[in-house]
Amino acid sequence: MGNILIFSENDRVAYSLLGKGLEIASEQGSTVGAAVLGANLKDRADEYVNQGAQRVYLPAQGKEMLESNDAAAYAEAIAQIAREFQATVILLGCTRQGKELAGRLAQKLEAGCINDVNGMVLREGQILCERYALGGATVMTQTVTASAAVISVMPGTYEAVSPTAPAGEIVEINLNLKPDKIQVMERQTKAADSVDIAEAEILVCVGMGLGDSGKMPMIEDLAGVLGAEIGSTKPVATDQKWVSEERLIGLSGKKCKPQLAICLGISGEIQFVVGIREAKTIVAVNTDENAPIFSTADYGIVGDLNQVVPKLTALIKS
Amino acid sequence: MNIIACVKQVFDLQQVRIKKETREPIMENIPLTIGDIDKNALEEGVRLIEQHGGKVTVVSAGSEDLEETIKEGLAMGADEAVLVIDSSLDSAESAVSAVVLAKTVKKIGEFDLILLGEGSSDNYSGQVGPRMAEILDLPLVSFVKSLKVDGHRIQAVRSLDDCMEVVEVDMPAIVMVMSEINEARIPAVTQILKAGRKPKQVLSLDEIEVDPAEMETKVETLSNLAPEQDRKQVIFKEDADTAAADLFNALQSEGFIGR
Ligand SMILES: Cc1cc2nc3c(=O)[nH]c(=O)nc-3n(C[C@H](O)[C@H](O)[C@H](O)COP(=O)(O)OP(=O)(O)OC[C@H]3O[C@@H](n4cnc5c(N)ncnc54)[C@H](O)[C@@H]3O)c2cc1C
Ligand SMILES: Nc1ncnc2c1ncn2[C@@H]1O[C@H](COP(=O)(O)O)[C@@H](O)[C@H]1O
Repeated sequence: MGNILIFSENDRVAYSLLGKGLEIASEQGSTVGAAVLGANLKDRADEYVNQGAQRVYLPAQGKEMLESNDAAAYAEAIAQIAREFQATVILLGCTRQGKELAGRLAQKLEAGCINDVNGMVLREGQILCERYALGGATVMTQTVTASAAVISVMPGTYEAVSPTAPAGEIVEINLNLKPDKIQVMERQTKAADSVDIAEAEILVCVGMGLGDSGKMPMIEDLAGVLGAEIGSTKPVATDQKWVSEERLIGLSGKKCKPQLAICLGISGEIQFVVGIREAKTIVAVNTDENAPIFSTADYGIVGDLNQVVPKLTALIKS
Repeated sequence: MNIIACVKQVFDLQQVRIKKETREPIMENIPLTIGDIDKNALEEGVRLIEQHGGKVTVVSAGSEDLEETIKEGLAMGADEAVLVIDSSLDSAESAVSAVVLAKTVKKIGEFDLILLGEGSSDNYSGQVGPRMAEILDLPLVSFVKSLKVDGHRIQAVRSLDDCMEVVEVDMPAIVMVMSEINEARIPAVTQILKAGRKPKQVLSLDEIEVDPAEMETKVETLSNLAPEQDRKQVIFKEDADTAAADLFNALQSEGFIGR
């Protein structure tokens, strides 16, 4: 295995990959480097060294090309850095930008690519990657057989571990980049709902069985007495917008590991279930006794949430 | 305007069951369909044509059953289909699909816009679009939740992790759509009947001139199993009062009440 190069436009995600990269590299005798692109380069480079990067690459020229979010330029920049660093493993954060970047970069490097990875182990010099497949019904273990690997890792998979005696060098590299073809006309930060449901101990999750947004206060009451956060299925967050998108649970949303998840009016399609499968206890309330959610539940009520929820809230309150 | 919509033939995932003893997915006798988000990509193409005029070609690479599966895409409003059929394309990895699709698009020649889904239903790897963009040297706009065409330029709203961007780019371009971009239509019976008569071109790997080296797999799948599930599965079916009380007791004994 050659060197390991790490990149994410999100520094916190990159730090978490540095920790895992160093662990793999120490068993392989390879070096871990990081690419730092975008704004505020010098300060960030120092922090990457603190976080354990053994070599940090900064663009000397061509960095003005990297101010948009167009993955084309990023892919070219990282490909050039990877060649210079003789990296054969490139670890990226699987944010949306990271995911687009992964495919482009892999094509440039003739690499195999595995996205949405949520676990890596090193076995006999190979990195075995785990990811969900078949919409989340199964977990696939895959490994790259090509000579170069691009692996994008789900944010939150690893914790950052800053080493005790960081020692790394910062290297400036001249990049040869073409101008972006895509023009950004407007950029709007998404209104952040201050919660992170992935951190919640108890989740009350709502699905389309709720019927309409007028019933949200009933859900908020239950969440209130339990000290829970509210999460939802995809149609509730993206189509109906009864809750904000940060509360979306599942394949396209957050993967949560609460102690308790109460699923109300949720059918239990696999793309939802992947987001709560690691909950310690799962409760389901659904009018349809054949709803798939019951097969992943510890406790279930076959019944109307409009009747069950107020009663349960009242019992907990008293 | 010439639009190409790439759609993948996949197993209907709703019908996949798991073998309890081995945790393996049971894939036998499961009907094939077009991937969910791929249908949104095709739908967006059909809507653009309805608005601006032109033609939508649905393109797919897969194994033998593809001719039958693609009828649904033609019924949804595609004008014609170009299919690459080869037994090796059954569950091909994304890197291979991208090469095959890029060659097919080159063979078609004239196009303004290539539409794809954000991820295929089975793989959801999101690699095909970015890899095609590299091979064809085209701009790619990913994670698009709304799309407009103005002359030879497109304007798209893309949804990233922490921001929304309005971007513009000249065609030809590739766009990867998210499922919320539209609601894909369910074709009427008359459309399904007509679909059989729409033009369909079937190509072999030789005809699109793929180099065998490009077909080499780059990723190996070592196992594919459902995660272990150990749930109590206690179901309360009584009236709401009794059931709520039973559930309350259960939650209390697990220590979730009054934390
Ligand atoms: C690529 C892809 C990614 C996806 N990602 C996600 C994701 O991240 N998260 C996600 O959630 N979904 C995702 N989906 C969608 C997923 O497949 C399901 O469509 C979705 O989870 C269903 O949401 P639901 O359970 O709220 O709605 P429905 O499936 O409509 O279920 C509603 C349920 O409510 C029950 N009900 C109705 N009335 C009552 C009542 N009064 N009391 C109690 N129960 C009642 C019904 O019996 C039914 O079971 C994805 C799909 C695809 C294709
Ligand atoms: N075999 C295929 N034939 C046609 N289109 C495909 C094929 N595989 C993938 N696609 C397209 O590429 C998108 C992303 O696929 P993937 O990279 O596998 O997640 C899908 O949503 C489809 O639009």
